[in-house]
Amino acid sequence: MDLSENILTTEKLTKLSEVIDNYRDEKGALMPVLQQTQDIFGYIPKEAVDYISKELNISLAKIYGVITFYSQFKLEPTGKYLISVCLGTACYVRGAGSIIKEIEKQLKINLNETTNDHKFTLIDTRCLGACGLAPIMTINEDVYGKVKLDDINNILSKY
Amino acid sequence: MGKTLKSIQDLRDKQIEFYNNFKTKQGSFRVAVGMATCGLSAGSRPVYNAIIDEVSSLGLNNVKIIESGCIGTCSVEPLIEIYDDLGDKVTFIELDEVKAREIVQHYLANGDLESVSKYLYQDGQRKKYYQKQKKIALANGGIIDPENIEEYIALEGYLALGEALTNMTRQEVIDMIKNSGLKGRGGGGFPTGLKWQFAYDSPGDEKYIVCNADEGDPGAFMDRSILEGDPHVVLEAMAIAGYAIGAQKGFIYIRAEYPLAVSRLKRSINKAKELNLLGDNILGTSFNFDIELRLGSGAFVCGEETALMNSIEGNRGIPKPRPPYPAAKGLWGKPTNINNVETFANIPVIIRKGAQWFKEIGTKNSPGTKVFALGGNINNTGLVEIPIGTTVREVIFEIGGGIPDGKKFKAVQTGGPSGGCITTENLDTPIDYDTLIELGSMMGSGGMIVIDETACMVDIARFFLDFTVDESCGKCTPCRDGTKRMLEILERITEGKATMADLDKLQRLGNSIKKGSLCGLGQTAPNPVLSTLRYFHDEYVAHIEDKECPAGVCSALTKYFITDKCIGCTRCVKVCPTNAISGKVKEMHYIDQEKCIKCGACKETCPVDAIIIK
Repeated sequence: MDLSENILTTEKLTKLSEVIDNYRDEKGALMPVLQQTQDIFGYIPKEAVDYISKELNISLAKIYGVITFYSQFKLEPTGKYLISVCLGTACYVRGAGSIIKEIEKQLKINLNETTNDHKFTLIDTRCLGACGLAPIMTINEDVYGKVKLDDINNILSKY
Repeated sequence: MGKTLKSIQDLRDKQIEFYNNFKTKQGSFRVAVGMATCGLSAGSRPVYNAIIDEVSSLGLNNVKIIESGCIGTCSVEPLIEIYDDLGDKVTFIELDEVKAREIVQHYLANGDLESVSKYLYQDGQRKKYYQKQKKIALANGGIIDPENIEEYIALEGYLALGEALTNMTRQEVIDMIKNSGLKGRGGGGFPTGLKWQFAYDSPGDEKYIVCNADEGDPGAFMDRSILEGDPHVVLEAMAIAGYAIGAQKGFIYIRAEYPLAVSRLKRSINKAKELNLLGDNILGTSFNFDIELRLGSGAFVCGEETALMNSIEGNRGIPKPRPPYPAAKGLWGKPTNINNVETFANIPVIIRKGAQWFKEIGTKNSPGTKVFALGGNINNTGLVEIPIGTTVREVIFEIGGGIPDGKKFKAVQTGGPSGGCITTENLDTPIDYDTLIELGSMMGSGGMIVIDETACMVDIARFFLDFTVDESCGKCTPCRDGTKRMLEILERITEGKATMADLDKLQRLGNSIKKGSLCGLGQTAPNPVLSTLRYFHDEYVAHIEDKECPAGVCSALTKYFITDKCIGCTRCVKVCPTNAISGKVKEMHYIDQEKCIKCGACKETCPVDAIIIK
């Protein structure tokens, strides 16, 4: 993947400044601004943090404090497809642990790592609330329920 | 639509009009396809599309198809419910596109139910699942189209708000909630009316209502289901609460893991504003109330109310000491009332039907119902809403249909990472806030994970502690460091490296963490360990003294054995990476435990399942 596509292009920068304008006068603006920054860039680039800091007049220390507190904010780009395996209790009891091991084996990466071609990132996630279909995993927006070890190869090959 | 509602009379007129639209007309059918997150991931979208396609290609004009929320029976999704003009309904389960088309062709086109009866949710099954349930918070879920405000109004939605604004004083609203005996359904169990009273009594012109939709307990999805299936009930209740305490602004703090609920809420807020049910001068009165969404970003501790408020303010979600309670000093230092989603979902119907009606359900101390998310090793996974006081046995073995694959029940875990286990001998305990705490567990927000004999309780305790170690915000040392030490001990136990003295240490650490932490997360974090220590002491001892995991889960302690099912095919010998298996062709093989690294390759290869883990 070409990393330059993620750095502040004019288009993305315009979007970011629109977001900031929307929230400029609002109390507690930082969280929604960071969330939407991540939606724009796929992660929160350092350049964007500098920009937000200046525009909203919030110190860099405070912004990084918030970013690093919440597990969903990412300071590094992730792969094109984000594989999230639910590790909620219902999924765990139904074998989500071995699902993760199998994906690690097939993609030759560990949990929280990205493949060399930047195609897949594997993470575990908190309960997705679809416990009736445990074990469950998602790849970007696609949801897979009642996943079996034998299905994994098929699922991954769709991407 | 376009027309705003200028008075309660306007609303009442509309309700009648919308109800007439909602009602299934003579000779018509109403098809509700369960399309909450769980239904969608089970494949309800293709089923929905197939029905629309088939209905239009057959030219049927007597069929209304809606996307409904969660119907509750997750284990048999995708499912549809079809209502006829008498209001009777049939439920078809475990559908796919082909079955869905058949149902349209036979039942909807020709009224022939017989040919498709094989896809029906059988009466016996259905009766067992629903008989002991009582739907209050989930009343509309699966019945109405959650994206259509007209259907919510048709079933008397927003009438409670109208009634409160027009015919009740603020104090009367609060008194009614107090008299109903409703307690917080997020797990705390604090009387809701009292909470409202405190916020009402706090001086100040600027007050806030917050809806806690940061449903973080793993295995709990009640709130998601309510928000996806009936979003307006929460909006209406927040407006009522706002009127009662004197707030003009509400926030819903919701997890980012629930994208469908977020989008439905956004749309619902806009719809309610268009009709003048939110915004300025609601229903022509002088009351203004607006609701804004705020998304979480993956921090479990934000379910704690003071941490949640910090997060809304744009800070790290770290708890603050109480007092001052939010009712006195909450968001931006202003009086704030925080309730959970399920609590709010009870409010409108209490206003409509009265406190007395509510008190007749449930127990004397805790009136009403509680929604539980039933999951884990159980036949009927899904959402159940039961009157408080129902026994654990009724929920698991009658509603839940018992344990699959003929396995034995071992325990049920309630209250998630803050709760504990209920075992066989306590199955007949009536479910209530106090009774569960006596058992060392808690009501919690409503996750109920059933565990069968194949699970290792030490491993379950380790799982929950791993969760809290990860989610501890780091403010209080006992929680930040203590849980980590507890986890290390548990890991030693599961690896067979612990001593009996470690069990005392676990107990001591657990008690200190409970006493020395500021918020609910730390105060309850040791519960899963203390509870399993209390009920499954034997399993801990087996790991430590016998170096054995009785359930065969902890890999460091398990051993692979070849049983006499072995046909001597030698396949296992070939795949074993450490040459640990020996034996002659067509004779039983043996594993050298010294050499075995427990990779499981032999077990995977064996064609006759002769290799077991013990």
